[in-house]
Amino acid sequence: MKKRLLAAVFAVTLNGSAVAETVFVTLEKDNALALVDPVAGVLLKTVTIGQRPRGITLSRDNKTIFVATSDDDTIKIIDTDTLQEIGRLPSGEDPETFALSPDGTRLFVSNEDDNLVTVIDIPAKKVIKQIQVGVEPEGIAVSPDNRWIVSASETTNMVHWIDSKTLSIVDNTLVDPRPRAAAFTDDGEQLWVTSEMAGTLTIMDVNTRQIIKNVKFEVPGVTLDMIQPVGVVIDKDRRWGFVALGPANRVAIIDAQTYEVEAYLLVGQRVWNLAFSPDQKRLYTTNGTSNDISIIDLDRQKVTKSVGVGRYPWGVVSRP
Amino acid sequence: MGQEMILRSIIKLVWIFLIVTIGNVRAAQTQQIKIAYFSQEQIAPPALSNLDPFIENKGVPGAELAILDNNTTGQFTGQSYSLEKIIVAPDGDVAQVFKHQVADRFAFVVVNLPADQLTQISGVKPADRILLFDVGTTDDGLRNERCAADILHILPSRAMRADALAQYMMKKRWRQWFLVIGPSEQDKLYAAAIKRSAKRFGMKIVAEKVWEHTYDARRTAQSDIPVFTQGVDYDILVVADEQGLFGEYLEYRTWIPRPVIGTQGLIATSWHRTHEQWGAVQIQNRFKELAGRWMVEQDYGAYLAVRAIGEAATRTRSSQLEPIKAYLLSDQFALQGYKGKPLSFRPWNGQLRQPVLLAAPRSLVAVAPVEGFLHPKTELDTLGFDQPESPCK
Repeated sequence: MKKRLLAAVFAVTLNGSAVAETVFVTLEKDNALALVDPVAGVLLKTVTIGQRPRGITLSRDNKTIFVATSDDDTIKIIDTDTLQEIGRLPSGEDPETFALSPDGTRLFVSNEDDNLVTVIDIPAKKVIKQIQVGVEPEGIAVSPDNRWIVSASETTNMVHWIDSKTLSIVDNTLVDPRPRAAAFTDDGEQLWVTSEMAGTLTIMDVNTRQIIKNVKFEVPGVTLDMIQPVGVVIDKDRRWGFVALGPANRVAIIDAQTYEVEAYLLVGQRVWNLAFSPDQKRLYTTNGTSNDISIIDLDRQKVTKSVGVGRYPWGVVSRP
Repeated sequence: MGQEMILRSIIKLVWIFLIVTIGNVRAAQTQQIKIAYFSQEQIAPPALSNLDPFIENKGVPGAELAILDNNTTGQFTGQSYSLEKIIVAPDGDVAQVFKHQVADRFAFVVVNLPADQLTQISGVKPADRILLFDVGTTDDGLRNERCAADILHILPSRAMRADALAQYMMKKRWRQWFLVIGPSEQDKLYAAAIKRSAKRFGMKIVAEKVWEHTYDARRTAQSDIPVFTQGVDYDILVVADEQGLFGEYLEYRTWIPRPVIGTQGLIATSWHRTHEQWGAVQIQNRFKELAGRWMVEQDYGAYLAVRAIGEAATRTRSSQLEPIKAYLLSDQFALQGYKGKPLSFRPWNGQLRQPVLLAAPRSLVAVAPVEGFLHPKTELDTLGFDQPESPCK
């Protein structure tokens, strides 16, 4: 009787942890994926995943994650429950960042060394097209209405607007030096692009593809050349935007209505990428050189915890 | 009849409109930016070591890679870049070839020549007609008392390099220096830069010796160097041997065990194969694929020179010297150089501001400016002659 009760308790706990939120972090130098329980603030486990894992995205049904294992020249499809590899996508050479189409059937990959964006049909695991873009494409995003794919090239300093139907470039917008990451607002009206070398954020109107605001980050006591914006996310109500500032070790909180910087939160060292919790109550940051992630409580706009995960945490996603 | 007239006028107007627009589009698509690469063929010096092959085309693939990059960008801006290489024969007259084949045909010239030859071709054309991008010299004189309005200097000067080393030595508290100077004129200039840095950062040169042996030191180093370095107490040996005649043999052979820094040992350079941060891996890979070898300083310099022209042409939407030069020397100019900080030109002497790498043969040791060395404007100006120190205005 007692044994059975104990078993029942275990079953509940196990079940409980299976449905709880899990944060997945790629570890560039450990060739591994770290799993974190963000509520308890603990590292659950680390699994080997492939050589130099960087970009990571959750599938639309949350059942799989896509991970760019750059030195394997592939994007691996990983089952989020079993953590087993269930397939590979032909990403082209040295994949780093990529974006998923809203319907979850296509993946758009930046091939930095070849100045290409590779378009992959996920179910068929086939390359549909390779699109010539500027030098060293990095940031990539798909608009929520699936009309646009934007690719930012770091050395050309441009955002290329790719029509998702024809898969060809129809417009280009010149931005500040070394654009890194691009993100659409959930309403699809704006595109936010960070520029690493200029220390700026450029906000564009999607309909006109014109720049509406350029935000310059300035952190007291931090020299300008340490302010290197990379990851950018905007909440679903377009109330707040968040930008990771690299070696400035801060996340900037931007009022997405007035475009004023509200606060700079101190996080770990060389903060690179950002992800919301599914309910958008928390924000997770990968801190490349302090080997941890920071957890930010968004209601209080405060860093509540940092969790050591392994060497060079790069990308982060959260699964409900 | 009247209707026909109106129709005709409309057609005429449409035609005019079409011609004007097409004309515009064509003009935008055919903006040509012609760049020359000017150098002289080098004769391989006698080999001091069989380790590193002599590179004949230092600089050239860097310019070629940048042209490719510029044209990738140019396809979106309607600008097209071309590179013409003019390489003077080893016994050729550099000044004459420049006068007859380059001066009247190009506004932008990447020059990979030693300081004395650069001086010969500077001033051939007025500075509002030509802009030379020096990717070959490290000479401080050319950046100061002998500065010229028609030259931009891409590589860090000797003073910038010496300051980079001095900052690192200061951080490590290696305050007592033993300076060893090679036999050439260039070595004397390098040593002068080291002495200037020692003074600037409050370091002490406790001994100074000239290496006078002119022979290949490979066989005799084991006996020569202990004797040469005997009788001095110091923290670190600073060597000035730009040709690499003996510097490599100092390490592990000095009388007392001390590290070597300068032109050998830990070196100060604008580029190195050990550098991989800030996207450097990407350009190292792209360069190797193109050239079949590692990128060296002159390649990096030529790459930056051509990219600087491209960046300015993109931003100004111009192919003309005047707006491009004005933009290059302005506060807006920010060149991505894979070293973590935006590169720009010092407007007073045309020197490219940049971080300087401190590299050991197989490891990147530090990047200067070293943390803690502050400057009111940009920390990059803690390296080399700052505006108040420079006689060039």
